[in-house]
Amino acid sequence: MKAAVVVFPGSNCDRDCKVAVERSTGASVSMVWHAETALPAGLDLIVLPGGFSYGDYLRCGAMAALSPVMTEVRRAAERGVAVVGICNGFQVLCESGLLPGALLRNMALKYVCKPVELVIVQPETRFTRAFGSRRRAVMTVGNGEGAYFADAETLSRIEGEGQVVFRYAENPNGSLNDIAGLINAGGNVLGLMPHPDRAFEPELGSADGALLFQSLLETA
Amino acid sequence: MRVRVHVFLKSGVLDVQGKAVENALHGLGWSGVSDVRVGKTIDFDLAGVEASAAEAEVKRMCETLLANTVIEGYRIELS
Repeated sequence: MKAAVVVFPGSNCDRDCKVAVERSTGASVSMVWHAETALPAGLDLIVLPGGFSYGDYLRCGAMAALSPVMTEVRRAAERGVAVVGICNGFQVLCESGLLPGALLRNMALKYVCKPVELVIVQPETRFTRAFGSRRRAVMTVGNGEGAYFADAETLSRIEGEGQVVFRYAENPNGSLNDIAGLINAGGNVLGLMPHPDRAFEPELGSADGALLFQSLLETA
Repeated sequence: MRVRVHVFLKSGVLDVQGKAVENALHGLGWSGVSDVRVGKTIDFDLAGVEASAAEAEVKRMCETLLANTVIEGYRIELS
């Protein structure tokens, strides 16, 4: 498998993502600076990492969504390449329109940083196959603006189409419908607030994140 | 031309920041305060655009970058 991690100014989980994908899957992972106008050839996976791209100026992910590299990420997504946006990466995907909805400030106005239990709602996606019959996973969240929001019509559409992949067992931030992660209509773009890159080996408290990356090996 | 853009969360979107400010104002004794909404103001000079076309141009800026219309509305003032 061949993967790339996009690095925006202010990304701070880019190295974590590289190591997590490498150790989970054995993939070769290249780092791509946000100003690049081309992606490495033959990618199976593009990761938009967590952090504070552009210092969260204006809105989380707003500037990053307009980075030159995002034009290529959009093209790759249209070709069916798997794209995972984690935390700030999820915000970037929403801001860029690759995923519906937006992430709002947490209901309690607090930065939430803790392991959370997730319900795997859709076990048959490209990103969840390796979980097998498991319907629960533990990953860490670390966000201040992680409350998923979409208008009623959009929410009912994504629920109806089965695009919600992960829900929080206990909602930590006020996300609508306990949504922790969702895919696009094409099923190849995933955004999630919890960090699989902070839960890919037992020493980190959970190795469940590795299963997310390993799921992608089947389509690589 | 001077441009002022007000960006605010849409009425259906819970403004937790506004709620916190409201609670603080209540705590200070201003019990008549309700429905606090916290927004932002973006000011800039705009050159090279005809006055007649300015509003449409700023609207495009709002739709492209300044506001996220999934959650935010905006109001444009030109002077």
